[in-house]
Amino acid sequence: MFDLSPADWTAVELTIRISIVATLCALPLGIAIGWLLARKKFWGKSVLDGLVHLPLVLPPVVTGYLLLISFGRRGPIGAFLYDHFGIVFSFRWTGAALACGVMGFPLMIRPIRLALEAIDRKLEDAASTLGANKVWVFLTVTLPLALPGIIAGVVLCFARALGEFGATITFVSNIPGETQTISAAIFTLTQVPGGDAAAGRLALISIALAFAALFASEWLSRRAAIRFHGD
Amino acid sequence: MLAVDVDKQLGTLKLSVKFKAAHGATALFGPSGAGKTTVVNLIAGLLTPDRGSISLDETLLFDAAKGIDVPPHRRRIGYVFQEGRLFPHLSVRQNLDYGRRMSGAPRDAGEFARIAALLDIGHLLDRRPGKLSGGERQRVTVGRALLMRPKLLLLDEPLASLDAGHKREILPYLVRLRDDAGIPMVYVSHSLAEVRRIATIVVRLDAGHVVSTGGLELLKDADADVFA
Repeated sequence: MFDLSPADWTAVELTIRISIVATLCALPLGIAIGWLLARKKFWGKSVLDGLVHLPLVLPPVVTGYLLLISFGRRGPIGAFLYDHFGIVFSFRWTGAALACGVMGFPLMIRPIRLALEAIDRKLEDAASTLGANKVWVFLTVTLPLALPGIIAGVVLCFARALGEFGATITFVSNIPGETQTISAAIFTLTQVPGGDAAAGRLALISIALAFAALFASEWLSRRAAIRFHGD
Repeated sequence: MLAVDVDKQLGTLKLSVKFKAAHGATALFGPSGAGKTTVVNLIAGLLTPDRGSISLDETLLFDAAKGIDVPPHRRRIGYVFQEGRLFPHLSVRQNLDYGRRMSGAPRDAGEFARIAALLDIGHLLDRRPGKLSGGERQRVTVGRALLMRPKLLLLDEPLASLDAGHKREILPYLVRLRDDAGIPMVYVSHSLAEVRRIATIVVRLDAGHVVSTGGLELLKDADADVFA
């Protein structure tokens, strides 16, 4: 049953790599924007809020299309990144990671924002009277207290990235070894006669990955809870 | 010497206080809603006055006219909060050590042991704040404020959240602190018994104004009924 072909393994490895890179790159931005939305009042806040959540409600194909026309080689952002930094997204695995990150971003933001909103600001005041400047207050009090929310956001984003299909295939197509993730590989296999068995094997791998992510999050949040509430 | 002369509009409360506090313990004494906690927050820098000035020894901490407002983390003022506000994600030891770490001062095991002994918290060091009793928690809070080597210690109703037994447990530590530590204290309370034990100077507040300033003779037994 589990005699996966090298091509299947490539898809699995690629999916994991894309999901990890997407999640890690989204995390700092997710914390920053979650913090802005939780703590600051500014002009255009509801616009930013809407923009961040757009991938959640838009058809993924539309998100992929928007990425294609803005981050493609001839798109305004894509051309700029290529000319100045040599970064290419279109039809590369990095583009798949971008698409996955964008799709997972709203799921990451929400728990982080809620965790930041739930923090007792009085603890931050206490830290400042003890000599911590704003940056240290954030690093030593705010961030650790928001950790359960951050873990939840990371897991949700990672899980979303594992399963991303529509935006990825629209933006970077379905190239084996470069942009063909498990989802895209399963889709391809179901389109050819006799591909069902291989598709089933990849589906099982997909289920195993999803469970692993869930267990990891459960374990991490339990550890965080122990840290907070003692022994 | 702490010199406070500030105005602050906070909701419906128009706070306007002026007093000086020298060595020993200055009690801010008055009924709930008199603005005691507000005054302490203004001194700590957690609130900004609308007008006036605050100075500690020779240092101006706040002066509206000169545009001076030293941020809380540079004031070196220890603050013991009513609810403790220990960091729940850190052990007691890490809580106690927090101020020193933030100031970048070298570790001083002698000072740490001395204060742990003074407050009798040496056996709690590896616990989490969530596992402390109310009395233990407030002693650790006092220790945390002391270990940052403050120039002034603010105590905002440090005993208010404790039951009578715990109050009796902590009061002697605070008296010892006043006599041994040599750090001027501003002690907020609406309890006559506490103020009698702790204070050397009494500043009576009511509705945002200083009613009178003086020694313990300002306290009348009738106050116990008014503020109880």
